[in-house]
Amino acid sequence: MPKTIFEMSSPGRKGYTLPKCDLPDSFVSEIPQEYHKFLRKEMAKLPECSELDVMRHFVELSHLNHFIEKGLYPLGSCTMKYNPKIHETLARHTCFANLHPYQPLDTVQGALEIMYELQRDLSEIAGMAQVTLQPVAGAHGEFTGLKIIHAYHQSKGNVNKTKIIMPDSAHGTNPASCTLAGFEVIELKSKEDGRVDTVHLKEIVNADTAGFMLTNPNTLGLFESQIEEIADIIHSVDGLMYMDGANLNALLGIVQPGKIGFDVMHYNLHKTFSTPHGGGGPGAGPVGVIDKLVKFLPMPIIGKNPQGYFFDESHESTAINKVHTYYGNFAVLLRAYIYIKMLGADGLRQVSENAIVNANYLKYRLSDYYHVEHKEYCMHEFVADGTKQKKMCGVSTLDIAKRLLDKGFHAPTIYFPLIVPEALMIEPTETESLQSLDAFAEALIQIAKEAEANPENLHNAPLTTPVRRVDDVRAVKQLDIRFSL
Amino acid sequence: MPYISTTEEERQQMLQAIGVKNFEELIKAIPEKLKLNEPLKLDPALSELEITRLINEKTCRNRCVQTANSFLGAGIYDHFIPAAVESIISRPEFMTAYTPYQAEVSQGTLQYIYEFQTMICELTGMEIANASMYDGASAAAEAILMAIRKNRLMKAVVSESINPEFLKVIKCYTEGIGVELLVVPANNGVTDLNILKDTIDEQTSCVLIQTPNFYGNLENMFEIDNIVHSLEKCLLVTSVNPISLAIFNAPSEYNADIVIGEGQPLGNSMNMGGPLFGFFASKLEMARSMPGRIVGATLDVDGKRAYALTLQAREQHIRREKATSNICSNEALCALAATVYMSLMGKTGIYDVAMNCVRKAHYLAEEICKLRGFSMAYPGVPFFKEFVINTPIPAKEIIQKLKLKSIYPGLDMAKYTNPNQLMIAVTEKKSINDLDDLVNSLREVTNAKNYF
Repeated sequence: MPKTIFEMSSPGRKGYTLPKCDLPDSFVSEIPQEYHKFLRKEMAKLPECSELDVMRHFVELSHLNHFIEKGLYPLGSCTMKYNPKIHETLARHTCFANLHPYQPLDTVQGALEIMYELQRDLSEIAGMAQVTLQPVAGAHGEFTGLKIIHAYHQSKGNVNKTKIIMPDSAHGTNPASCTLAGFEVIELKSKEDGRVDTVHLKEIVNADTAGFMLTNPNTLGLFESQIEEIADIIHSVDGLMYMDGANLNALLGIVQPGKIGFDVMHYNLHKTFSTPHGGGGPGAGPVGVIDKLVKFLPMPIIGKNPQGYFFDESHESTAINKVHTYYGNFAVLLRAYIYIKMLGADGLRQVSENAIVNANYLKYRLSDYYHVEHKEYCMHEFVADGTKQKKMCGVSTLDIAKRLLDKGFHAPTIYFPLIVPEALMIEPTETESLQSLDAFAEALIQIAKEAEANPENLHNAPLTTPVRRVDDVRAVKQLDIRFSL
Repeated sequence: MPYISTTEEERQQMLQAIGVKNFEELIKAIPEKLKLNEPLKLDPALSELEITRLINEKTCRNRCVQTANSFLGAGIYDHFIPAAVESIISRPEFMTAYTPYQAEVSQGTLQYIYEFQTMICELTGMEIANASMYDGASAAAEAILMAIRKNRLMKAVVSESINPEFLKVIKCYTEGIGVELLVVPANNGVTDLNILKDTIDEQTSCVLIQTPNFYGNLENMFEIDNIVHSLEKCLLVTSVNPISLAIFNAPSEYNADIVIGEGQPLGNSMNMGGPLFGFFASKLEMARSMPGRIVGATLDVDGKRAYALTLQAREQHIRREKATSNICSNEALCALAATVYMSLMGKTGIYDVAMNCVRKAHYLAEEICKLRGFSMAYPGVPFFKEFVINTPIPAKEIIQKLKLKSIYPGLDMAKYTNPNQLMIAVTEKKSINDLDDLVNSLREVTNAKNYF
């Protein structure tokens, strides 16, 4: 592995230039006495490197990563689609990058117009009445949505509504967000066909039910066909329906969640709307709501009046305060705005159609080699598993995933959803070509054959990556979370 | 269609292979009546050339701080960013990678996070730092929740002198979960220590103080340490400006237990307020209560040094409703910008930046106070790079008048303290001409004459 940047440091070496301080001498001399007690005892030991040192170091690190332009990145529920470069060029425009959030309103009208139109476009896409752009990640959106649900029940004096029901196939963020928002989680076992068990749901719904949280299509890649019935059950006790929008890439122009029974949902702009994942962020997780919940959205939302665009805080008395210091991840919002404008209604529908075709094609290609529990056509992703390989060859899904790395592909999401043993959750996205899908399928087929012929190769994988299988038990037991200086 | 690689012919070929006649067959699980039967009402699709034109038209309706002389701060600052920062963060290798779950093909991301954690530990003097939070505000809220997890006490005390937007987010995070949130007022621009003493008790989980605080003033952290830690269990949480740490006390010097802050000043553009990133550091004993991702160094099977996400048993994808936080996506690329920034500026650069800020801010404060009708709102209170002044006419009027000269003189404090107060932030980017330009303009618009 490359040395750390600290090991490249040499005392006195510099990687920056600053202008000479042009103040009168009295301001560059000694620090006044009253400040002495505030002064740091010892300088922070940041590295001392030249610009070339720094560039070489980080370029070297970059070569150790897998990324979309290098190869297929089929992580299920993560929607690793190609991120167009025009987004980057336009988002870096100095007149966006150098806007301060507290500038006078008439100096930021262009930025506000983008946010206003994005609120409108996202509302239309999901069939919602209004959207807040503040949350900066999917889980942040979940938290925001759950707080809105909490505020709704509080406003009606229903203080006993403390429980959120969700299927056992839910993303881990769903239960974690519930806890953070002060709700208790009730997990609902999925039916054999992978969908919500409405019979059981009816039994557990009661006056305490605050809402239901559902990913649709669910994490098995299946559309929850009984969504209307589910919504009726929840609404019958004045519960609210929350949609985790992680899988919205399957529904663009096909279904509007706000029109099929959902009351609140978050969008993952870094998934569906093609803003880059950035190695784990920044993302954006706007939240859309139906009409009766608009007054609970965090402040401000972007409004428009005859004078122009403005920060609307008129709902202050009912709002859930706010969830971000300012207005959300503007530079991420801007990229999603560009994406929507470039695709339009037809383009977005094509995105979902092709995402679904690509997933079904891969599923077809792999189904002779890997066990797939749910045989019906999938939406934009599907879950295969390594149970066949495990049973016959003693090879685990982890082994299969690591072997894929050797072949230049990223692994799918593995061991999730939790209800599928040895799960391989695969989402190819619409941006992959037939050739790249075939190449990926061939790789997985080869691995299935290799599992039978030479399982050791899989246990030992990966062999060709920058490092080989990493010992994460040691990483916990011998905790080393900073370089010792 | 843009960005879709399959041709119509290939699509037909795929549908045929799957065994369906048309696309509709693939989505028969969706009941007909739930399907949208008309196109979404969106603007017609634009080509790359057209969207460029549209966006450029919108940028013309912004007037950014590059073309104005801006003294806006209040939590987000216009610092110099070396060009190499953008060159690195624009690399697709970093930009289009996902969270580093597959460590073997994510060592680049994992190693820079490890280096980032080290740098944050160095700046704050803390023993452990995570890979980033959404922003300073959510970091502050999560710090309070972590303190509560640690000592199981339900009362949180926050100083009024913290960024008011942080307080709003803290309220959102702590409301409805049984946390009692108390706000200690400020006196002469810093936390009122007598009231702080009276507010905290055995049930207090933590005290959150920001220094330099919202008004730019340095809090008396050593005295606050004595007050807070006079209680056995009470934890001291501080919110700090990372640039200030180059010259002012490392939070470890005054025994902070948890240190958070807004990281934007470290190499990130202002971007209308986002993306930002929060940093989050603490004493090692709290490692297992921390929110967010943490990277650790380890070995691979060949005994080669390698990095991996660690202490994952805290996280939502493992612990679900028992996780320490729901955070999944964080602000990794912003943390990378900060890591590259700190690598380039290094030990002396960040010190130079901080000293420049202090000196220029103090010069400006002194010059403005020479104008009749202007004075320091908190005379004698030490400050970093931002300060509040009393103005002879409402700040709002000053702001409106100076806008015509493309000067943003600072923040109107009407919402926070007094309509006749203005908060002015100064960074190393300001030249003496920029500073004098503000002083002269203030003189002009208020018809103030120099006292001297």
